[in-house]
Amino acid sequence: MVSSTPTVPRPPASPPSRPKPPAPEPTLRLAGLSHWFGKGANRRQVLDQLDLSIAPGEVVLLTGPSGCGKTTLLTLVGALRQVMAGSVQLFGHELHGAGRRQRQLLRRQIGMIFQGHNLLRCLSAEQNVQMGADLLPGLGYRARRDRAREWLRAVGLGDHLAHRPHDLSGGQKQRVAIARALAAQPRLLLADEPTAALDSRTGREVVELLRGLARDQGCSVLMVTHDPRILDVADRLLRMEDGRLWETELEGASLGGSVR
Amino acid sequence: MIDALWPSRRIPLAWLLLTRQPGRLLVALCGISFAGILMFLQLGFRDGLFDASVTLHKRFDADLVMVSPRTMSSIAMASFPRRRLVQAMADPQVLSTTPVHWNFLLWRNPQTRTTRSILALGFEPGDALFVDPGLAEKTQVLSQRGRVLFDSLSRPEFGPIPQWWRQGRTIDTEVDGTRVRVAGLVELGPSFGADGNMLTSSETFQQLMPNLPAGSIELGLIRLEPGADPNAVSRRLRQRLPADVALYTKKGFEEFEKNYWRSSTAIGYIFTLGAGMGFVVGCVIVYQILHSDVSDHLPEYATLMAMGYPLPQLLGVVAREGLLLALFGYVPAWLAGLGLYTLIRNGTKLPVAMDNERSLLVFAMILTMCLGSALMAMRKLGDADPAEIF
Repeated sequence: MVSSTPTVPRPPASPPSRPKPPAPEPTLRLAGLSHWFGKGANRRQVLDQLDLSIAPGEVVLLTGPSGCGKTTLLTLVGALRQVMAGSVQLFGHELHGAGRRQRQLLRRQIGMIFQGHNLLRCLSAEQNVQMGADLLPGLGYRARRDRAREWLRAVGLGDHLAHRPHDLSGGQKQRVAIARALAAQPRLLLADEPTAALDSRTGREVVELLRGLARDQGCSVLMVTHDPRILDVADRLLRMEDGRLWETELEGASLGGSVR
Repeated sequence: MIDALWPSRRIPLAWLLLTRQPGRLLVALCGISFAGILMFLQLGFRDGLFDASVTLHKRFDADLVMVSPRTMSSIAMASFPRRRLVQAMADPQVLSTTPVHWNFLLWRNPQTRTTRSILALGFEPGDALFVDPGLAEKTQVLSQRGRVLFDSLSRPEFGPIPQWWRQGRTIDTEVDGTRVRVAGLVELGPSFGADGNMLTSSETFQQLMPNLPAGSIELGLIRLEPGADPNAVSRRLRQRLPADVALYTKKGFEEFEKNYWRSSTAIGYIFTLGAGMGFVVGCVIVYQILHSDVSDHLPEYATLMAMGYPLPQLLGVVAREGLLLALFGYVPAWLAGLGLYTLIRNGTKLPVAMDNERSLLVFAMILTMCLGSALMAMRKLGDADPAEIF
């Protein structure tokens, strides 16, 4: 897969809907996305004419020096920020000009995993994951709880259901965060340095788990990372510098050498 | 089962947020309870004092009360023609009436010879005056001229009448310069306006006040047929009678008197201010708790927003925290109030009791306090920017 500039005409917007059999359209498509911070003379461009397309089930890793705009890109793609110029299409919905309510609804289909785990301290692991499952419409309390338990088992924490975050290790917390993100059945998973707080072995485990589970769900992944040891889990590797995006050859970037 | 009845059931986030730090929750509940107790105490004192102003009013055997429209309170009763009370008898639902003279007269203390103003009521000894049947029996002795019944609960400044009476002494003294003899004791109790009370017959009363215009009275008690609606009869009489009388239900008459003390003295103001202080203290405490709670959990709220939870739902969590604080703070306040009222009643003879009205009022105030503070704390939630958490 090589860098793809959008040539297909934009599909007509339809109300957000739950995942259907593999949609022909890409999960995410950026076209000419630019972003600035500050005002007047202090205005500084952080993103410059980005084009990108991510297909359903694709795992894309994004690297680059700090301050190059990776996080800004994540917040834009995550519908957390208003798009200033260019186009961001999530599951066929244009984010440019989308209102607060529409963005909030779209966010329900995006799983997010943060550098810090950002779990709710007052909730047990099971309840934290259920906060994700609770976003699914039309499910009873028990069904949502069972789903939370299944996901915790899937990340290997089946016997830590009642633990509070402070009783869990860093790796375990990050697994709970993955379970929480996936419990909402997202179509796109955004991860911001999910291995930053973990040692290399745990980091690798977590990322492989993430990739495996996302693949099973047909969920695309966009992951920002600095960790060279996990680059080989990616289908595609992107590099960002000074607000611009480049496709990188997998073999060249992967330090592990052995690619799948 | 529960699942079917409550499909929108969610994790009780508000409860879990509050109970995460039990120590802090306990401090918060203590603060809210303290504010509630303060409000209960101040309002209890206030209402108790106002209730004390109608100790006499409550005893009258009447469904409707007729007074002069110029009457402002029990310490300034204006007179009206007794005829009006007779006219009221024309209504088919009026059972009987009692005309009452009401005035403050100078009572000479038989021991020290000093005089002091006493509330004197004059009525026909055969007529019903008080609800208490024991009192009605005692009034028979008044049919003899120059006899009075003395209220044994009057302040001691009127002389050691109850003691002398129990010793069997004959007590003669002067009221407004006219000689009277104490013919018995009644128990009525002093009120705001009157330090002491005495009862006498209309005949003796006119003797004590020779300048009293004939046929004028200060108070008319009206009793109705059983099952009659006092308000309806009152409206009917109002249409039929000229404007030189005013009609109240018994309850309305009590309210009228209380309202006088409430609006024209500082008492109501002082205690209402006290209750207001409790309210403010409570507000500060609850706001402090909720604000620090929201601030502490700001990244978590932002995470929930990033996950797609709408802001109103998170505001609801803060509101529910306020609601929970109100509920759990109110119960101990109510119980403590109950205990304190018993203490006050025993210590001061003030008629203070836990009534539904005040229970509800304090609950409403605590609820306002907690939800208002929650509303203020919610503004802090607006600071939670999900774009900042990456």
